[in-house]
Amino acid sequence: MAAADAVSWYEASARQRVAAFLDADSFEEFVDPTERAMSPHLPLFELPRAFDDGIVVGRGRLDGRPVLVAAQEGRFMGGAFGEVHGAKLVGLLRAALDGKPSAVLILFDTGGVRLQEANAGETAIAEAMRAIAEVRAAGIPVIGLIGGRAGAYGGGGLIAGTCARLAVSEGGRISVSGPEVIETNRGAEEFDSRDRALVWRTMGGKHRRLTGGADAYVADTVAAFREAALDLIGRAPAFDRATLEAEQARLEARIARFGDCRDGAEIWARLGINDPDAVPAMTDAAFLETAAGVPEASHDAR
Amino acid sequence: MPGKMTLDQILASLFPAGHSVGVTDGLITGEGPFGGGRLVVVGLDGDTPLGVEGALVLSRAVLDAIKAGESAGSRAPILVAVDSDSQRMSRRDELLGLYECLAHLAKTLLLADRLGHPTVGLIYGHSAAGAFIATALATRVLAALPGAHPSVMDLPSVARVTKLPLDRLEAMATSTPVFAPGLDNMVATGAVHAVLDPAQPLDGQLSALIADLPAGDIRDRLGRARGGRPVAQAIAERVVRQARGG
Amino acid sequence: MESLTFRHTIQKPLPGTKRAAITGVVASGNLEVLLERVLPPDACEVAVETAINGYGDVWEAVVADFVARAQPGGLRISINDGGARPDTVSLRLLQGVRLMEA
Repeated sequence: MAAADAVSWYEASARQRVAAFLDADSFEEFVDPTERAMSPHLPLFELPRAFDDGIVVGRGRLDGRPVLVAAQEGRFMGGAFGEVHGAKLVGLLRAALDGKPSAVLILFDTGGVRLQEANAGETAIAEAMRAIAEVRAAGIPVIGLIGGRAGAYGGGGLIAGTCARLAVSEGGRISVSGPEVIETNRGAEEFDSRDRALVWRTMGGKHRRLTGGADAYVADTVAAFREAALDLIGRAPAFDRATLEAEQARLEARIARFGDCRDGAEIWARLGINDPDAVPAMTDAAFLETAAGVPEASHDAR
Repeated sequence: MPGKMTLDQILASLFPAGHSVGVTDGLITGEGPFGGGRLVVVGLDGDTPLGVEGALVLSRAVLDAIKAGESAGSRAPILVAVDSDSQRMSRRDELLGLYECLAHLAKTLLLADRLGHPTVGLIYGHSAAGAFIATALATRVLAALPGAHPSVMDLPSVARVTKLPLDRLEAMATSTPVFAPGLDNMVATGAVHAVLDPAQPLDGQLSALIADLPAGDIRDRLGRARGGRPVAQAIAERVVRQARGG
Repeated sequence: MESLTFRHTIQKPLPGTKRAAITGVVASGNLEVLLERVLPPDACEVAVETAINGYGDVWEAVVADFVARAQPGGLRISINDGGARPDTVSLRLLQGVRLMEA
């Protein structure tokens, strides 16, 4: 296998990400594909199933430390939450409460709820958020990593927002309503989903990092995500009233300051970035330097 | 079918002695005397979509209830009453980080629960998608009133996305609760814990729910027992068991 | 959806000791292949669930060609197919066998 440095997070499958992200040969999968825990519902829709229902869960080691890991496969049904898919994530989070790992890592790659199993998916998302709150309250960091082709959309975005820390790459997008959903409901004047540059400026990794919507920005490599995860585990905020009061103040301040902005570039200008139009084309190194100069980007309020 | 209860009717039934619950821009906040203490109410009325501002108004109210509970030494129950649209779908809301605002609201409710505030959802109208997850589904138990209509997506939209004919979906919806909109289906998946009786006083029914709150999240257990989520609980348990090494 | 099963008798067991492996992803034009060393050493079974109906003859030929080349004795091979082309199927099957031999 290629060195972790060389593996593109965006291009890799969920299994490739997990294998290269964790310490070599340390991954042990729960409910692995040979158990054939497949969707009981997709056949009704004449749709093919996957042996893992689009999510890989298990335990492994990260720089020697025991961690639990969930990785969504964005290419299968858009990484969406069905009944089995969601239950595997919920089970993993519940397992963290008695296993006391150093962290739970969620490698997001999802369009949100799987419509063919919508009620099960939606309920599982609520269960996952409740479980994350319990895991965080037990002092275990829950870290979200977002850089897959499907992004973190819909309920996936809400789960991401429940995590203690988030790392994102340029290709990672975090959002509730996707561009196509907004366009379908409100028209192309509101959101032209084919305008990819607009998508990145509105919900892409650079915008999220500059506004404090993510806590780390990383290059699109497994090695970079691994390094970021190790760093974020060490500085996860507590799940208590002080943290949520700080988050309330942070989000209120954001809306007060940027609520009249129409575009990401306007927000970046107000954050003091000299040439906001240059942000989308910036190299990762140049962008990291720029983000380091934005105080609002880094906080403990999540 | 009897018409659904209005928010005014619900509040009158919950608070026979009066209350200070009000609605501004579709956002419900306030409280009233309840069972010797107080009941805090937050929520959405009138099919209101939940955007960044609304989410932060509601989360502020929940944080205030937590703070008041710290100084009073007693943790008031929190009712999340919902008749909403889905999340507000706009470029501006996403630009401003709607995922953070909705998750923040859910986190305040989950924290309140952890600190000892009984949290109960009450869906009495519509709710969908992100708005539903951030509000009513972030409570310990979710109750519903007859006529409520929770959904993830309406069937015509499901038909568009799945490229299946609407009449075929409608036929499938009668036999499988896992994807179709509607209260009965969300009861079957375990998301809705109980359906209340609008002909009986709601204060007593809410008190009974609070007195009998499950210790943990039993939605997957209910989903299995009711047939709406046949495998979720077993899968989650299998993961937990294998993580224990057994 | 269509289910197909092909059984072959093999001259020799596939080398290696790995119990199971999986490769590929179920997506449009793609497939996943799950390989398990659970059969007698002279047997191979390939079970296919495919989203595209009516290509049984093509599957039969692709599987027969693969079995002749790889001699996958002892393997039960299960495929979830999202409508992959025959060359993609062959590629994944051979990838899977290499994983089992490792």
